[in-house]
Amino acid sequence: MTPFTYARAQDAQTAIQLAGAAPAARYLGGGTNLVDLMRETIETPDALVDVTGLSQAIEARDDGSILIGAAVKNTALAAHRAVRQHFPLLSRAILAGASGQIRNMATVGGNILQRTRCLYFYDDAARCNKRSPGAGCDAREGFNRMNAILGASDACSATHPSDMCVALAALDATLHLAGAEGTRRIKLVELHRLPDDQPDIETILRPHELITAVELPALPFAARSTYRKVRDRASYAFALVSAAAALDVAADGTIRDVRLALGGVAPKPWRAFKAEAMLRGAPATAAAFRTAAEAELAEAVGLSGNSFKIELAKRVITATLTELAGGVA
Amino acid sequence: MSGQMEARQSAMLASMSDVPERWLTTSARDKHGTLGAPVTRMDGALKVGGRARFAAEVPLDGLTYAAVAFSTIAKGRIAALDTTAAESAPGVVLVMDYRNAPRLKLPPVMFSAPKAGAQSSLPVMQDEQIHWNGQPVAVVLAETQEQADHAVSLLRISYEAAPAVISFGAAQQNARTPEKILREPTSVAIGDAEAALAGAAFKIDLNYRTPRHNHNAIELHAATAVWQGDRLTLHDASQMVNMTSWTIAEMFGLKEAQVHVHSPYVGGGFGGKCLWTHQILTAAAARLAGRPVRLTLSREGVFRAVGGRTTTEQRVALGAKADGTLAALIHTGVAAMTTHNNCPEQFTFPARHLYAADTIKVTQQVADMNMIANTFMRGPGESVGTFALECALDELAEALQLDPIELRRRLEPEKDPTSGKAFSARHLVEAYQRGAARFGWEKRSAKPGARREGEWLLGMGVATATYPYYRQPGGAARIRLTADGRAFVQMASHEMGMGTATVQAQHAAARLGLPLDHVVFEYGDTDLPPGTLAGGSSQTASISVAIIAATQALTEELLRLAGNESPLAGLSADEVETSDGGLRAIAEPDRFESYASILGRAKRDDISAMAEAPPPSEVQTYSMHSYGVQFCEVKVNEVTGEVRVSRFLGSFDCGRILNAKTATSQFKGGIIMGLGLALMEDALFDERSGRIMNPSLAEYHVPVHMDVPEIEVMWTGIPDPKAPLGAHGIGEIGITGVGAAVANAVYNATGRRIRELPITLDKLL
Ligand SMILES: Cc1cc2nc3c(=O)[nH]c(=O)nc-3n(C[C@H](O)[C@H](O)[C@H](O)COP(=O)(O)OP(=O)(O)OC[C@H]3O[C@@H](n4cnc5c(N)ncnc54)[C@H](O)[C@@H]3O)c2cc1C
Repeated sequence: MTPFTYARAQDAQTAIQLAGAAPAARYLGGGTNLVDLMRETIETPDALVDVTGLSQAIEARDDGSILIGAAVKNTALAAHRAVRQHFPLLSRAILAGASGQIRNMATVGGNILQRTRCLYFYDDAARCNKRSPGAGCDAREGFNRMNAILGASDACSATHPSDMCVALAALDATLHLAGAEGTRRIKLVELHRLPDDQPDIETILRPHELITAVELPALPFAARSTYRKVRDRASYAFALVSAAAALDVAADGTIRDVRLALGGVAPKPWRAFKAEAMLRGAPATAAAFRTAAEAELAEAVGLSGNSFKIELAKRVITATLTELAGGVA
Repeated sequence: MSGQMEARQSAMLASMSDVPERWLTTSARDKHGTLGAPVTRMDGALKVGGRARFAAEVPLDGLTYAAVAFSTIAKGRIAALDTTAAESAPGVVLVMDYRNAPRLKLPPVMFSAPKAGAQSSLPVMQDEQIHWNGQPVAVVLAETQEQADHAVSLLRISYEAAPAVISFGAAQQNARTPEKILREPTSVAIGDAEAALAGAAFKIDLNYRTPRHNHNAIELHAATAVWQGDRLTLHDASQMVNMTSWTIAEMFGLKEAQVHVHSPYVGGGFGGKCLWTHQILTAAAARLAGRPVRLTLSREGVFRAVGGRTTTEQRVALGAKADGTLAALIHTGVAAMTTHNNCPEQFTFPARHLYAADTIKVTQQVADMNMIANTFMRGPGESVGTFALECALDELAEALQLDPIELRRRLEPEKDPTSGKAFSARHLVEAYQRGAARFGWEKRSAKPGARREGEWLLGMGVATATYPYYRQPGGAARIRLTADGRAFVQMASHEMGMGTATVQAQHAAARLGLPLDHVVFEYGDTDLPPGTLAGGSSQTASISVAIIAATQALTEELLRLAGNESPLAGLSADEVETSDGGLRAIAEPDRFESYASILGRAKRDDISAMAEAPPPSEVQTYSMHSYGVQFCEVKVNEVTGEVRVSRFLGSFDCGRILNAKTATSQFKGGIIMGLGLALMEDALFDERSGRIMNPSLAEYHVPVHMDVPEIEVMWTGIPDPKAPLGAHGIGEIGITGVGAAVANAVYNATGRRIRELPITLDKLL
């Protein structure tokens, strides 16, 4: 680990000022990802600005929306009553991730900005375009079982590993940002970039821009929602494929509305816009779900070790939506 | 336990005629002693309370902390190694590399001499040559661990790479046949098995593959070294203190007595806590710095600098007659190894002893690679060998339309199929019967894919577990009796959490006729009488025999000391037995004197006696093995291919069980490790770089709690009449057979045969 300074901020303004004063400053949430990367000298910030003192409030509003402070712990968010009642897919997604201990430390802001687990990103003896732009990518011909099948490029196929974000993507969450140039709001699904030929640039955040809160708009039908995660062991493993879904079926069996997002398959939490569009107005049947899944994955590309994810993703989408529709896959 | 079983057990004890009678504990002692009882581990409270000091926790004045740099190429040489920035970093004491490291002799590799313990014969930081990706190339010493960790990142190292053998496929082109497999012949041939196979009415001929595994004990490998002149004290996490001491002494040009190894607590061994480079580098750096050094490998460091289970490719071919008996049994294959170690992964051992066959062919090869020396890892050989053999038997049973348990019953041999020796004890069929009844085997559908719960397909599988009985030659025990009737039993043996110290205290108490709380078992220190390595499930027998010999010597000493005024006057050691804290004449039970009385009359505070264990001649005469049956029920998700083990039962036949509690933990621990072997463990060795790419517990999967169902274990408990105490070591057998039991259950659930471990969901989609 490379030496660094440490300061704690109680509000966004101070945090932004403190970070602005050091060229390679980083915000520190629970540290469960950043400190690991610092130990591996993959991240080498000269200053850490601890932002766990920022808002830890979860505000459930009368209009059905929820405002979540960026410093809220993953555990607290998953356990919150309004979240469990109105957005069960979010509770389930969080609880499907990491371990109890890590969730107790991890913050909402940190979870959103956690970095990929690609094996070659983690090993500084390997070539990685994300770590060293232009160096090449050893994952392409190497162990890429965990890597992306959607949205990847020749330069990078690393996935965004968060479970929570998959649910946030499905829920159309909005991020509240603050930076030297003031505050702004963006959709979560707009935050992460696809790698193209610049995998080192992962988000559209400006330098030292801070996430201050996450806002979930009301979505009454999300009360009927779930998160399904497929992984290599029963717990404490990153998703091979996951799906967050909410379904609104009319009395005649047609789909009034649907939300669907995928994890483990792309460099960002993957909102399945294509599948959603096909399903609105379609019958809530396994066949329709499968057709939509095929469409969503039409452009999927497998690497040497992860092609199985294409069929797996289709099956997971179909089974998850079928279950929400009240049927058996 | 049934009355019938109890009768079997006592009949067996009574029939132990051709082994020294002293190897038993007598029935009187059995009655009063705690052997077999579920005694709680004596070090448990210390460990739970954080009071047990492990090798990385010894407090020392002037301690420096080490961090290691590992090579990033598999073969070649260090072209440049710039230490300037590291040396000027805060707190740095020195940087050691091949240019300034103390000159050391080559490490005596295990099996090259009786006490040789090095896991590789390669020079340790003596030249610029690189032999594997991950080889230690420099050690930084600093005042704190953090300073050392930082400084090591400032080293600038460049390499000149040479062509390396890092593809198992390519290495197999030059596979060689080693002279021996451990101490056994490499090949055994009975009749012409290939011809018999070709002519067999039913045959299967299949290939199986198993991946690399890494040792991942929770305690990271660590050593703390202090020199006083030419004497070295090494605080180590070790399962072979004497061999470590001798080997390090050889390398540093010292006498064995000058290297004191202390290892009272080991946070998991499994074969991984032997002598690797980190202990040698710790001692070398401490010598160079003139200060004590502590070196704790990081988790990544353990993957780089400590070997594990190697990868194998195996062929099992079985030719059967219509009645299920075998015309041919063939088990061959190749394991990756290096030119500088001696660990061929004895996967053909089970096939040599398990089943009757008209013709048998077993042989195995090694393929040399540039990789960290592979090593023993719980159930080495047998764990992956039983995967291949027991999966193949399951396939044969299906081809014959026989129940897999019935097939094994028909293959039960009368004597050892390859050595021709009599079995010392073998109740495998019984273990099958009792296990099957308990597990509800009759509920298994012979047709795969027949049972379902929603998305989940259910299946049951079974496999034989087996592991040899070993007793290491050598070892001695000393017993010191004090005037207040306490015994201190000493032997430089090892407690890695198995329960050894507790069990041997139970044993010594029963043997000396003392209450358990009057006996202290001292171990893990080379100042004690020499022990043997804790490996191959051999320690229990090795220690037991030494304690038996020491008790005999102590009895003689006591009788001498008792003299003519004692009620025991004139009796020889063979005419007395220990009982109730003293000696008693066997023929005249009224003639008794307590130890306290004997010592008191002689005005002595204590008395001690030491004796060496006799050589392990029992294994020359008999075929001695432990057996078991692994029963597994799995659920396989039809949508996702996920496999969840829903029930597990191990039914064992390992002689007499000495402590029901620690034995249960050993069996269960082995089974859990076996579930990891079956379903997830896989050290990802990148064949382009020779580098392990998942050196962390986040990416290298072992089972978590949710992967482990309730596991039941049971045992026949029938003593082995040829083994000391009638008992076998049981550390390894639990993992054997598990891979096959799971794979066979997956087949029963899905109709899919997976012949390559681990059984990940993509293989089942
Ligand atoms: C062994 C292991 C297993 C795991 N398994 C899973 C899993 O199965 N599923 C899963 O989803 N996750 C998993 N995780 C990841 C875990 O969820 C993340 O590490 C965690 O959510 C990160 O949160 P944190 O607060 O600790 O972030 P930190 O490590 O503190 O920060 C992460 C990044 O976010 C930035 N940051 C933090 N807060 C803010 C803010 N308010 N504004 C702007 N930037 C900010 C930091 O600068 C840093 O770049 C696992 C982690 C580990 C170590």
